[in-house]
Amino acid sequence: MTLLVRLSHAFAGFALDVAFEAPPGLTALVGPSGAGKTTVVGAVAGLLRPRAGRVVAAGVTLLDTDRGVWVPPHRRRVGCVFQEGRLFPHLTVRQNLLYGRWFAPRAEPGPLPGEVVDLLGLAPLLARRPAALSGGERQRVALGRALLARPRLLLMDEPLASLDEARKAEVLPYIERLRDRSGLPILYVSHASAEVERLATTVVRLEGGRVAAAAREDRTLRRNRPGPDFAGQSLSR
Amino acid sequence: MTGWLTPAEWQAVLLSLRVATWATLASLPLGLLVAYALARWDFPGKGLLNGLVHLPLILPPVVTGYLLLVAFGTRGPVGGFLRDCCGIVLAFRWTGAALAAAVMAFPLMVRAIRLSIESVDGRLEAAAGTLGASPPWVFLTVTLPLCLPGVVAGAILAFAKAMGEFGATITFVSSIPGQTQTLPSAIYAQLQVPGGGEAATRLVLVAIAVAMGALALSEWVGRRVGAWVAGR
Repeated sequence: MTLLVRLSHAFAGFALDVAFEAPPGLTALVGPSGAGKTTVVGAVAGLLRPRAGRVVAAGVTLLDTDRGVWVPPHRRRVGCVFQEGRLFPHLTVRQNLLYGRWFAPRAEPGPLPGEVVDLLGLAPLLARRPAALSGGERQRVALGRALLARPRLLLMDEPLASLDEARKAEVLPYIERLRDRSGLPILYVSHASAEVERLATTVVRLEGGRVAAAAREDRTLRRNRPGPDFAGQSLSR
Repeated sequence: MTGWLTPAEWQAVLLSLRVATWATLASLPLGLLVAYALARWDFPGKGLLNGLVHLPLILPPVVTGYLLLVAFGTRGPVGGFLRDCCGIVLAFRWTGAALAAAVMAFPLMVRAIRLSIESVDGRLEAAAGTLGASPPWVFLTVTLPLCLPGVVAGAILAFAKAMGEFGATITFVSSIPGQTQTLPSAIYAQLQVPGGGEAATRLVLVAIAVAMGALALSEWVGRRVGAWVAGR
């Protein structure tokens, strides 16, 4: 299960031209504002059409402008977690969690609701509405909702950016569990180096619409060797 | 209660309720579609559609009624077709009164629904898409529930407007007691005969009560549905 991304797109005064690979584990997409992270997210999720490019997730081509392939967002099965959570306010937590599962193909393997509720500690929240959740709880529900749609990969766009430090600390362990247990490639967009340091197994750094650095981070090696390696350098901004 | 109004007056009130109910229910699906198209789609002729929808609001009602008569009269292009193919006659029937009321109330309905669709966060719809919902499902499970307060308000407003419609109705279907004489037509008819002032007053009171009731209901339902949607 790997995600391949190659994109080029042009806006007024800005050109994006990137290619990278996200293996299983958590691939952090980092870089300053305006580096093109949001465009990459939009193109992978199918929310925008790049001028040219190719996106392949778990062997399935989602986008290939050369061959005229463009899979609409609702058939991509890219589980998205957005900065603002985007939970449906008119549904309970339980209904939010089951929303995507209802549309997912029945035959596909995927986690069971009970497993996801346990993994993310959602049991006490199930009957509530999103308006009655804290920011951290909302993001945990958003994680569970994306996971239960049986996605081919998970896309997280600054999922912790709107949370304070305490709430971040509350959600981080759940993302780690997801990374280690779901077996899905996770593309994780972030500004915060502490988060990336803790979560990433691969780091792709964008600058001015190009890939400035891409490195596989060997977490065991990092722990034993405190000196800066390639990924460490790209992260210490 | 029945003794308070004469049978003929009751007939007018009940006819108005029937006309307004059908006008509202029958135009609601089209109102939703047009409001959604105006709020969310870009297509050639969008300005024209918007203008057409709002036309009955600006035209003198008698002009709208005349145009309906020209088009839907038994010798009109649409009216003739409907009569020949399905045996449906609208002119000078209560169904024609419902059509006239629906056309006149349509701009108000579309406006209320359009505003509420525009206020639905498009990011929630995009999120539903990434979870596997196709556009029609996104509309049914996300957009429609979230804009429901506006839909209810638009429907009630349209109902109230349809209850009160006079100009286009009397031009298109006339004012035949028991068939097309709605509440406003009956008031007007009473005012034309000597000594009809008392009956007119009674009907005016009914009209005021219905209008106030519709407004109060609209407020109450809007608040309840709004609170439900927001999860409070």
